Amino acid sequence: MLSLIAKRLAFAIPSLIGVVIVTFLLTRALPGDPAAYFAGPAATKEAVEQIRKKLGFDKPLVEQFFRYTVDLAHGDLGSSLTTGQPVATEIRNRLPASAELTLLGLLVSVAIALPLGVLAATRPGSWIDHTCRVVTTAGVSLPVFFTGLVLVYVFYFRLGWSPAPLGRLDVFYSAPNAVTGFYLIDTLIAGDAEAFRSALSQLILPAATLAIFSLAPIARMTRASMLQVLSSEFVRTARASGLSPATVTVTYAFRNAMLPVITTLSMVFSFLLGANVLVEKVFAWPGIGSYAVEALIASDFAPVQGFVLTMAVMYVLLNLVIDILYGVIDPRVRLEG
Amino acid sequence: MKRRDFLKSVSGLAAGAALPVAPAVMSAAKADARSETLLIVSEGGPNNLDIHGVGTNVPGYEVSWNCYDRLISHEMKSGPGGVPYYDRDKFKPELAEDMTIGDMSATFRLRKNAKFHDGTPVTAKDVKWSLDRAVSVGGFPTFQMSAGSLTKPEQFVIVDDHTVRVDFLKKDRLTIPDLAVIVPCVVNSELVKKNATDKDPWGLEFTKQQTAGSGAYKVTKWTAGTEVVMERNDDWVCGPLPKIKRVIWRMVPQAGNRRALLERGDADISYELPNKDFQEMKANGKLSVVSLPISNGIQYIGMNVTKPPFDNPKVRQALAYAMPYQKIIDAVMFGLANPMFGAAADKATEVAWPQPTKYATDMEKAKALLAEAGYGNGFETTISFDLNFAQVNEPLCVLVQESLAQLGIKTTINKVPGANWRTELNKKEMPLFTNIFSGWLDYPEYFFYWCYHGNNSVFNTMSYKSPEMDRLINGARDAAATGDKATYDADVKGFVDLAFAEVPRIPLYQPFVNVAMQKNISGYQYWFHRRLDYRALVKG
Repeated sequence: MLSLIAKRLAFAIPSLIGVVIVTFLLTRALPGDPAAYFAGPAATKEAVEQIRKKLGFDKPLVEQFFRYTVDLAHGDLGSSLTTGQPVATEIRNRLPASAELTLLGLLVSVAIALPLGVLAATRPGSWIDHTCRVVTTAGVSLPVFFTGLVLVYVFYFRLGWSPAPLGRLDVFYSAPNAVTGFYLIDTLIAGDAEAFRSALSQLILPAATLAIFSLAPIARMTRASMLQVLSSEFVRTARASGLSPATVTVTYAFRNAMLPVITTLSMVFSFLLGANVLVEKVFAWPGIGSYAVEALIASDFAPVQGFVLTMAVMYVLLNLVIDILYGVIDPRVRLEG
Repeated sequence: MKRRDFLKSVSGLAAGAALPVAPAVMSAAKADARSETLLIVSEGGPNNLDIHGVGTNVPGYEVSWNCYDRLISHEMKSGPGGVPYYDRDKFKPELAEDMTIGDMSATFRLRKNAKFHDGTPVTAKDVKWSLDRAVSVGGFPTFQMSAGSLTKPEQFVIVDDHTVRVDFLKKDRLTIPDLAVIVPCVVNSELVKKNATDKDPWGLEFTKQQTAGSGAYKVTKWTAGTEVVMERNDDWVCGPLPKIKRVIWRMVPQAGNRRALLERGDADISYELPNKDFQEMKANGKLSVVSLPISNGIQYIGMNVTKPPFDNPKVRQALAYAMPYQKIIDAVMFGLANPMFGAAADKATEVAWPQPTKYATDMEKAKALLAEAGYGNGFETTISFDLNFAQVNEPLCVLVQESLAQLGIKTTINKVPGANWRTELNKKEMPLFTNIFSGWLDYPEYFFYWCYHGNNSVFNTMSYKSPEMDRLINGARDAAATGDKATYDADVKGFVDLAFAEVPRIPLYQPFVNVAMQKNISGYQYWFHRRLDYRALVKG
């Protein structure tokens, strides 16, 4: 098993090298001149040149790339010009914010979508099937941006139930000591119940926004996969043997229907992690997506490269985890297969 | 019921009773902290806490302004609507106790009791080191210093421990005002030198992350892109002790949410909202909204005068008559701008800037001028704008496009990404574009020197060159330095008239700076840099 994991990781190295080269070239090909941007509105040509020299953008591309890879080998992703901080530190601080939000959103989504999908599959054509269809269609066709704003408008602005959309904590709480970077866990470790409640209440609306959006693929995939399994022969046999409907559905059918659902989950998770920029913007969430987009707008190379690289590494790891999960759920699937 | 009132009423009740919402169960101590704290929400935050740093952005200037002191600052006067407005011509001592201006130098005596945040006294060597730093680091700070003829470290002389002399390179009216802008701030030289390296002799990496000044506030926490927390420096001696103890400045990218935060009473101050929002907030009266014209800020339509058809003054005049001025002010700015057009035909030119042109929308005149220039059938061109300010620029360009279509001029709109805008301006190839310029130093000859002079600075976006214009601008600068008022007035009137006759750029309007705040916030002051001065603000 371990050697297989090592082998899989080794296979990922060439693709990571490819990612490094492509992102480097792509960021350089972006329109816009970071030196002119950061020289400020009142810069003369000489001032722009001075800045260019300071940033090292006057060197030939090959030399810039060489320096970049050498730094990378030392774990240095460079410094962002827009925020003025080292990229590695920023990603370390921001990734947990995005991950906590995405995981919670996904958890909520799974908790609703799986039962909904299973029920819809066991009673096709019934009212619950139609509910499932309507809910998922509505969820996926509402842009996250819109859902987020509507939730803020209703629950914060109109009703006042939700706290101000000001990021991860109320303004007057200080962040807990970073252990995991997940505020829900860190506040519990610190034993600060007030801060925990604040962190949780800040999370509810953005997580709900993400959940609404990601319901559709999970519920639809569960339904389709369950339908297929329920019509298969071993389910008919199980039913014929007189097993209770609950045992048939949960123990036999559901476990077999899980594989495509897991695949969808992994895709939804990695998609959400990078793509919840809009949710982060609406809720002033200090996540990784908004960080990357802001850097892109300012043609700030280092964070963009760091972001793409981090995402690539995450995809590799996630795929590995999914593959291992397959083996656990279905013993017939093995890593080498 | 406002949340704040609600808090008071439930603070006696058992915690956790009502809702799973944190503020409802907040302890009494935290509610107290709220009343002494100012919560500011804005779109962007600083990228560097030191204005001398490489590429420090505009929000970074606000930190510098409040956390560092300068030798001198400006007095306040009553501005439009009674709002305190900085007085361009009156200076007050800040770190300096007094200022003596001689023929070719100015001498500053420092306050003896001023201390940096770490307790070291502020001395003349700190002042010299800081000014040396400003003229030496390159980039924007050095450029800004040079605008007041401050370019060489030799100009800053330590007389004794508490006296500094600034020698003038030449007579320049802008030298003293330039010492009161944000850039010449005084830095704790010993502390920064300790943290400087061979590669970074001015310690820019150190001051990027923390403030090392003597100002009224100090940054205690900064999470880039998320928040800045500033605490009052209780030992500040350069002015009356500020009322606000703590400033929390949060970045909220969504304009709609910033407005919601204000209207719910959770945030105290916000700016950078769409004009429409400011207009509505003004109308419903729940918040106090301050709108003041940006000193010497002008949104204009520029034309590249080196290439046809805009090398022909008649074509430029035709365009100046074809601008939908009033529509732009109504539909784009929602009235939050001063018109820069339509002065009465018999109105004499003033010795002031900005002032309105005599152009107004007159399509017949525009058609006639265009025909005279030989473009009776129109032509094709491209109008470019900076996407970073798309909220204003895009509708503005669409209105211009519509209006020009009536003259047979077919315009394509070219949206330039913000990161690319300055590169494009520097190339000076765009035929037609809209842009905005405003200088910190509010003097007509200063504005014209950057925007119309033949030395072709980046702000002379039109590549306009005229020996007569150069003569008038140089004349006004020299006359201002020597105090020759008659020549100065004649030259200023001369270059304003010439700029309006040849119209290489068409002034549209003078925009307002808008700030929305809770009714219990008072003491807002307008500064040339248009950022907040926390020292004067009062809550409650």
